[in-house]
Amino acid sequence: MTEPPRLTVVGAGPAGLAGALAAAARGVRVTLVDAAEQAGGQFYRQPAPALGARRPQALHHQWRTWERLRDALARHRAAGRITHLTDHHVWCLERESDAGPVTVHALRGPAQEVGVTVRADAVLLATGGYERVLPFPGWTLPGVVTAGGAQAMLKGGLVLPGRTVVVAGTGPLLLPVATGLAAAGARVAALVESADPAALLRRAPALAAQPGKLAEGAGYAARLLRHGVRTLARHTVVAAHGTGRLEAVTVAALDRDGRLRPGSARRIPCDTLAVGHGMLPHTDLAETLGCTLSGTAVRVDAEQRTDVPGVWAAGEATGVGGAALALAEGHIAGRSAAARLHGTTPDPGRWAAADRARTRLREFATALDDVYAPPAGWADRVPDGTVVCRCEEVTAGQVRDAAGTLGAGDLRTVKLLTRAGMGWCQGRMCGPAVAGLAGCPLTAGRRPFARPVPLGVLAALPEKE
Amino acid sequence: MNPLKSARARPGETCTVSFDGRPLPALPGQTVAAALWAAGVTAWRSTRGTGEPRGVFCGIGVCFDCLVTVNGRPNQRACLVPVRPGDVIRTQEGTGHGDD
Repeated sequence: MTEPPRLTVVGAGPAGLAGALAAAARGVRVTLVDAAEQAGGQFYRQPAPALGARRPQALHHQWRTWERLRDALARHRAAGRITHLTDHHVWCLERESDAGPVTVHALRGPAQEVGVTVRADAVLLATGGYERVLPFPGWTLPGVVTAGGAQAMLKGGLVLPGRTVVVAGTGPLLLPVATGLAAAGARVAALVESADPAALLRRAPALAAQPGKLAEGAGYAARLLRHGVRTLARHTVVAAHGTGRLEAVTVAALDRDGRLRPGSARRIPCDTLAVGHGMLPHTDLAETLGCTLSGTAVRVDAEQRTDVPGVWAAGEATGVGGAALALAEGHIAGRSAAARLHGTTPDPGRWAAADRARTRLREFATALDDVYAPPAGWADRVPDGTVVCRCEEVTAGQVRDAAGTLGAGDLRTVKLLTRAGMGWCQGRMCGPAVAGLAGCPLTAGRRPFARPVPLGVLAALPEKE
Repeated sequence: MNPLKSARARPGETCTVSFDGRPLPALPGQTVAAALWAAGVTAWRSTRGTGEPRGVFCGIGVCFDCLVTVNGRPNQRACLVPVRPGDVIRTQEGTGHGDD
């Protein structure tokens, strides 16, 4: 009997799980590699088992879908069809030839000091995304956290960042963050959304096809009311205040052109600001393999294949659109990979339902993107003295100088002139802000190593022929 | 209501860690950042340049703002590293190597 083909799936969130399950059910031996201790990704982030949570669903949405994924994963693992490598932090993928195996390099354990390599015939990249946060005075104060970060700490560690929280920025993530923090006992002093959510209603065609999403939106509205959370639409945080830690924020109203309304500024006392301005895809691993990007996301075809043979991608990495879209994309990717690895051409008719969901949810994501764009003129409002690159402590003024006086026209040149983007996070946090301030396009940074790697791990890699 | 109640958690026995020399309670399974948050601590690093305080920002291991020294080893991401009984956690000054 011949060995079954092998697929490595990077990322155990909705897209990676759906892909792993679809492939494992079709005769593929799957290795699921993920940085967390438990499957679920960010959307279904689980509390640590030692916390003994008997009702983790109180902090979650669409829990039944999670139960289905979790139970199917357990069945496939028990049957030896899926190997789940937890706490494995992937730093690089390489492929020596178009037909050769794909090697995944990872660091094991929370200390990330031990190198591990996994080889397979093909790979599915389900690396997810991370939050975009645009700077404002005071955004580096302790107590200012990303909206997703506050949610992750709540879901994973069952802790709150403080007692009185302002949730601010723009995007659909702010709703579950505000309701989730309130349900867990925080006082949410305000939900400050720079967009006008009513504008979504004007996108009738995209919405009409989404009865589920409409109901979800209505559900959040009801929960905000129940927790007494006041929503300030078309408002923005102008500054965060405090000495050593956050004590208050100033918010102001925006006019139709995204300018601050004179006289509208008011101060809200709080010890926590959970802020975010949408999401960006994680594309480092795809780029290292040579996959073409479209904007800031990995480009895929109708089968979720990248333009590098043997490399599939699904979920937020291919364009931010939420967990339901990630599930549909992952499912299609897993089925396509299984067929291709068995040397057959897949019949897309077999995944027609997932395909319809994908089309519908991508249209919805586009509508959300249009409505929840950062307010026009945000970059002009960042004072020269505000730190933009949090790692290297580079200010907005320095970035403006690099772009203006020194003529830098792209992120790389700004980085070389100012060090913005050269620190620990490798520009993931400051990239969008630097691009906005310098007036250059936000391009995905080329990062051959997706995370810091100990020199000992590099030295221990076998030499190439 | 608090998150432990809302998730009906029955955590294991509280252990003790130290933060800058003072004892703090911690729950097994929590990350260093979660234990510090639960104890009301929000800052545990000062930046290399201006010495500004920092703590958790992204909460998922991407931003490296929450770097901390644990058991003498600097540059640990507090949001990823699980807390262990008896951990000696210290505010990380600059690079954490005492060279500033």
